[in-house]
Amino acid sequence: MSLLLMAGSGESNFMLDLLGPILPDTMPYWAVVAVGAVAGFAVLMAFVAVTAMFLVWLERKVAGHIQVRLGPMRVGGWHGWAQSIADGLKLLTKEDLIPRDADRFLFRLAPMLVMASVLACFVALPFAPNVQLAGLGDGAGTAMAGSDIDLGIFFLLSISALATIAVVAAGWGSNNKWSLYGAMREAAQVASYEIPLGLSLMVPVMYFGTFSLRDATFAQADWFGMKWFLFSNPVLAVPSFVLFFTAALAETKRAPFDLPEAESELVAGFHTEYSGMRFAFFFLEEYAAMFVMSAVAVAFWFGGWNFPGLESLADHPVLYTLAAVTSFTFKGLLLVFVMMWLRWTLPRLRIDQVMTMGYKYLTPLSLALIFVAATWEYIKFSMGWGS
Amino acid sequence: MSGPTTPAVDHAAGEREVLVDVRTQDVEINMGPQHPSTHGVLRVLLKADGEIITGAEPHLGYLHRSAEKIGESVEWIQYLPYTDRYDYLSAMNNNLGYSLAVEKLLGVEAPERAQWIRMILAEMNRIASHLVAVGTYGLDIGAFTPFFYTLRERELLLDLFEKICGARLTYSYIRPGGLMNDSPTGWMESVSRFCDLFEEKWQEYWDLLIVNKIFVERLTNVGVMPADFAIAWGTTGPVLRGSGVDFDQRRDQPYLFYDKVDFDVIVGRGELGTVGDCWDRTYVRMHEMLQSVRIIRQAIAKIEPGEIQHPDVSHTLRPAPGHAYVGIENPRGELGHYLISDGEKVAVRCRVRGPSFANLSCLGKLLPGTMLADAVAVIGSIDIVLGETDR
Repeated sequence: MSLLLMAGSGESNFMLDLLGPILPDTMPYWAVVAVGAVAGFAVLMAFVAVTAMFLVWLERKVAGHIQVRLGPMRVGGWHGWAQSIADGLKLLTKEDLIPRDADRFLFRLAPMLVMASVLACFVALPFAPNVQLAGLGDGAGTAMAGSDIDLGIFFLLSISALATIAVVAAGWGSNNKWSLYGAMREAAQVASYEIPLGLSLMVPVMYFGTFSLRDATFAQADWFGMKWFLFSNPVLAVPSFVLFFTAALAETKRAPFDLPEAESELVAGFHTEYSGMRFAFFFLEEYAAMFVMSAVAVAFWFGGWNFPGLESLADHPVLYTLAAVTSFTFKGLLLVFVMMWLRWTLPRLRIDQVMTMGYKYLTPLSLALIFVAATWEYIKFSMGWGS
Repeated sequence: MSGPTTPAVDHAAGEREVLVDVRTQDVEINMGPQHPSTHGVLRVLLKADGEIITGAEPHLGYLHRSAEKIGESVEWIQYLPYTDRYDYLSAMNNNLGYSLAVEKLLGVEAPERAQWIRMILAEMNRIASHLVAVGTYGLDIGAFTPFFYTLRERELLLDLFEKICGARLTYSYIRPGGLMNDSPTGWMESVSRFCDLFEEKWQEYWDLLIVNKIFVERLTNVGVMPADFAIAWGTTGPVLRGSGVDFDQRRDQPYLFYDKVDFDVIVGRGELGTVGDCWDRTYVRMHEMLQSVRIIRQAIAKIEPGEIQHPDVSHTLRPAPGHAYVGIENPRGELGHYLISDGEKVAVRCRVRGPSFANLSCLGKLLPGTMLADAVAVIGSIDIVLGETDR
């Protein structure tokens, strides 16, 4: 999936810009694209794996400190930094178990699908502007992303919904009633929360007039961060962010919406029967998805990679890019931290309360907000304030 | 139930006619014996229509250890350690219940100092037990953190128990005729310090968990036991008082020196929902801990040096033929011991009335109509210890 997409957007691809001049001229274009796609995929895969493993470690530390304990302290020496690596190795070496009566095809497909969907999401995240890194390429106005898609947010929403299908497949394929309950809850929950999630995103989309994460981020540059959506128009931004964040929690199955894997009710929900690396995929997906949702919020509400003072680095392309990537990632991690904080503080809702909240409150509220935003945009343009 | 046959439609009951019979089968699902929220090895066979429970049947016995039969085959004193094991979260109270019953049979009473220490320990144990109950209840509802806070304070209590008797969970400290030994120097002061600290921490649990909006939403009007229902099913303890029934063994059939101290019997008042819902039972437990602190403070103020063991109660007991029943207020309800002696070294009958067992029996009535997540909430609010239901 991501291979195709990256190959499809050849014109302004960051990887192609980077690799193009290095590869021999005799190579046919399709080969260049293929090499670029593979290289891009490798970089992304590494980034996702490292981020997810870091987040797993972070969650345990956050949970530990909230719960008056220390969390991992042994593996690797410094505050158990290698705990996730050790866990990963353990999971890799575990026996591959499939329940006898499971639907083997679906059971095997689910973890792959879930990982593929979240990896594909990462493709669309704009980490930094595409400056002329190390003197190569000419991507002014484009972003350093796996694939710089114009309909970025549209792509993200549709691809991230794939994970639901995988979860339902896992729950059904496991041939376990608890797993099935988890899968059904996931289907119901995600189907209802996709609506407020998408609708609340329409507010910044209307405000910036673009579906592209990259263009929205460029629009928030300069002015010492005062052009971040959150600060430039708090009346629209704050409520839409709260709606988005709540819906994102439900989308990523995080507390207080962690019903699909509610430990105290459904044992482990849809992944009860999974072990070893297949389980690890579900686990990593959860953390990667948290980062994706946070990154979307960062791109639309918190200025993306922008931070006051970034412009002063414009003469040093490498530094500039590094600073931008760091800023984007750091903001994303901050939001992920908030998600963790909530998880270790709040109890869990019941399924009917989740549904009530989605359909009775979040959806009408986000619709009302869209109306307000549309009115605002109309006034802005009819008065000639808009750019 | 499949095929195109049209079922009989009762229009008066508001049923609509459908072209094809689309009625579905209920799911039968085993909750336990290996399940995170059954607090041990309870198995509840649930019938569910989607998320809504239509039937529930508790299956017991996974932890059965023939406690009563053991009580009829070992000497009176030798049975004491077995009492620790039925409700392992309140072993002091179990020791106390058995010891009082044996003492009644023997016709002796423990010395005054022993009685005061027994009271302090019983109340400390009540706090420790309720701390686990409230903490794990948070886990059941999905709040993981309060559990660690409550266990942090319980740890202090266990340290105090360890100081006085050397054990942290199964004490066998309170025994027929008195106590194993006197309290070590400075122990009473440590208990006082704990009381001061605990009141501060109690507020933490209250703010973080008990009045949390989601917690309240999850528990109010769920698993409602009206007063007559609670009485009819023989519930006791916080479950009974949560339903608004003002009954406490400590006040209404006083043992030890409970008639010499002031304390309030907490009853559920349906402050946030209906009287007798899950939240009310938690409310009762939370406030009982504060009352226990009150009792401990008064007991420490009134205790005086003295003997701690009745001189006539030795190792091998031969109570005169007869029978005795003593029911005490365990953290989970009335723990009764009914003992029959024929004058020999071994009891003829050693019957134990466990509160968890009686409280659990109403589950099959309480669950139908609630949701799957509520089943967890209801079981947690009854606060069972499987060691005791199965014995």
